[in-house]
Amino acid sequence: MTINLKTLLTVTSVAAALMASPALAQTELRMMWYNDGSEGEVMQTILDRFEADNPDITVVLDVVPYKAVLESLPIQLAAGAGPDIARVTDLGGLSEYYLDLSPYVSDTEYWETSFGPFLDWLAPDSDRISGFMTQLTVTGPYVNKTLFEQAEVTMPGEGATWDDWATAVVVVADKLDIPIPMAWDRSGHRVAGPAIAMGAKMFDTEGNPALVDDGLKKMAQRLYDWHQDGTMSKELWGSVSGSTYLGANEDFANAQVVFYMSGSWQIPQFANKIGDAFDWWAVPAPCGDAACTGMPGGAALVALQDTKHPEEVGKLMDFLAQEENLAEFYGKTLFIPGHLGLATGGVEFATDDPRAKHALETFSGAVPTISQTAFDLQGYKNNRVLFNALISRLNEAIVGELTLEQAYGRMEEDVANQLAELNR
Amino acid sequence: MANLTDRIKISDRLAGVAAWLVLQFFRIFEIPLSLIQRIVGVRGMPWIFLLPNLAFFGLFVVIPLCINFAFSFTGGTDLFLSDRIYTGTEQYGFLLDCETFGDPITCREDRFWKGLYNTATFTVFQVTFLVLFSMITALILNREIRGRGFFRAVFFFPVLLSPVVVALIWKWILLRDGIMNAFLVSVGLDKILFFVSPEWSMFWAVFVSIWAHMGFYTLILLAGLQAIPPDLYEAAEMDGTSKERVFWRITLPLLWPNLLVVVVLALIKGVQIFDEVFVLTGGGPGTATQFIVQYIYNTGFTEPVRNFGLASAASIVLGLVLFVLTITQLAATRARDNG
Repeated sequence: MTINLKTLLTVTSVAAALMASPALAQTELRMMWYNDGSEGEVMQTILDRFEADNPDITVVLDVVPYKAVLESLPIQLAAGAGPDIARVTDLGGLSEYYLDLSPYVSDTEYWETSFGPFLDWLAPDSDRISGFMTQLTVTGPYVNKTLFEQAEVTMPGEGATWDDWATAVVVVADKLDIPIPMAWDRSGHRVAGPAIAMGAKMFDTEGNPALVDDGLKKMAQRLYDWHQDGTMSKELWGSVSGSTYLGANEDFANAQVVFYMSGSWQIPQFANKIGDAFDWWAVPAPCGDAACTGMPGGAALVALQDTKHPEEVGKLMDFLAQEENLAEFYGKTLFIPGHLGLATGGVEFATDDPRAKHALETFSGAVPTISQTAFDLQGYKNNRVLFNALISRLNEAIVGELTLEQAYGRMEEDVANQLAELNR
Repeated sequence: MANLTDRIKISDRLAGVAAWLVLQFFRIFEIPLSLIQRIVGVRGMPWIFLLPNLAFFGLFVVIPLCINFAFSFTGGTDLFLSDRIYTGTEQYGFLLDCETFGDPITCREDRFWKGLYNTATFTVFQVTFLVLFSMITALILNREIRGRGFFRAVFFFPVLLSPVVVALIWKWILLRDGIMNAFLVSVGLDKILFFVSPEWSMFWAVFVSIWAHMGFYTLILLAGLQAIPPDLYEAAEMDGTSKERVFWRITLPLLWPNLLVVVVLALIKGVQIFDEVFVLTGGGPGTATQFIVQYIYNTGFTEPVRNFGLASAASIVLGLVLFVLTITQLAATRARDNG
């Protein structure tokens, strides 16, 4: 049997083309992701659905520690070597690296009506559409209600001040020999809400950042005093340096803390870890002289401008941002919706835990009470400069390296120096 | 017997064939090398052989060093040198702007100076005790004691561990609910929050560093001790020399070159301390254990405004300190050799 050379070449070429075409057409998108709880798994199921509908696109979910998102991602982006999509919390700080999705999404109006105010957080200097909130967060406290009951101390109610809570938790801790009466996440963002409640303005009359004022000093003084008198343990804030983030979630889950100032993102973790071991109870933000407010915030999924596949990224982001997909995501992850339609219409949260349901109601209900200053601060793209100066210098005062007055002076200098470096 | 002879012959033949193959393989290089030698001459050939290493060194050490130096004269937050703004010596001026150099709080960049003082304190204590304990351990392990091999392995084992692992082990031991506090409570004492106290934090930073690295320096000193001719000790023993005198007059002088290497290496490593302490104490409480390398890392990579220029200037200052230490080592070695 003889085979004609031309036939052989044709058959080979067709076979090679058939084998090569799927490989050539396949687009791989990389999504950098971190987990607070199990949201990565929920996202993966939605991505699987997207891949089934779009066989020419593969999405790789790169799950990294939160620290990598904070510290490594900005360097990667500056070097032009970042992923296609990332889940970030420094919403405005990284905005220069975001892709404008407007030309790639099917209905820009849907995006604007669904994510309106949050789009401004992601693009403080423009009208771009860069992504959507995977969760809206509100800072606020959790209380170990069981400890209050065991100590037979009445829990301060709606409208209670920070001082009321500090007094009550010390009584509970003393009665039951609990090592840490009150704990706060070691984060400037966590301090900002209570400082605004005390009257901190954060900006001057011209809208320039002005961190130190009487309101901030009132809250800083309290934090300082609480660390000195044992209401707060120096172990959390005092045991590291700079602006290093530390949470007391493990201590709270182990019933070592009576009152824990954190935020709504802890709900799924506590529902999972604590369950019904004790009554962990979210309470409204305690009041100061000026307001009863926490800080808004959250995490967003953003498209990044160095992507080589903007159209595919747009297609994926459009798919993920659809109401039914986000309803599933928020519902299963127990995150407060960052989608206006879902926030108004309500999300069916996948939990029977009354503590988790109560916490979700408490934090969702807190959104209208959040001070405008807090929203302005969250929308300010260099807010992390303020947060970091606040936490690191206040910490140095708490451990005795600086006086509070020296710390205030250093906070102002740090903010001025860093903003000057940014604006060169 | 005949079989054995045959086997030997076969193995000899195989070895011969292997040697021939190796020789043929290396002959491949003969032609290009001869050609290069004709071009660069016999004197130039060592440079040709050094070229791969020099290229590696240049690519990963010299070029980054030059880039770092250039960065220290720039400002802004851009990553690429071409995008950055030339600021002259402004970053150095900012670092060195102090009212009183002895008091970091009076310095404009107080954290740099705190880092510098903390590093100096750490290095003085760490090097002193590291050398002392390594010396004592080496002297003990050099004796004819039972289980000597076992103890040598025990002391060397921490050297094999990653610094992060070392720090995590000790962190778990020293935390509020760690083994150390469990022990203190079991003997009726109160718990100590080690990482809340600046003194305890510095103590444990020094201790853990010594624990982790002592084995390496002990090994160097042990090698030095074993190189001392035993007949010197025998002669001293015949003369009835006291043990203290033997140590001061024979052991220490003959061990001096090794001791010098240990001191200088420990000094350089001490100044560069970062990973263990970063994981163990996070630089806290406050800035009590924040060392100069952590300052550079924070300034360049963890602050929201990544100040690469300032971080580069600080690393150049650190480089100068290390350079001075190295020169001191060379001078001391040369003085010793000459004297």
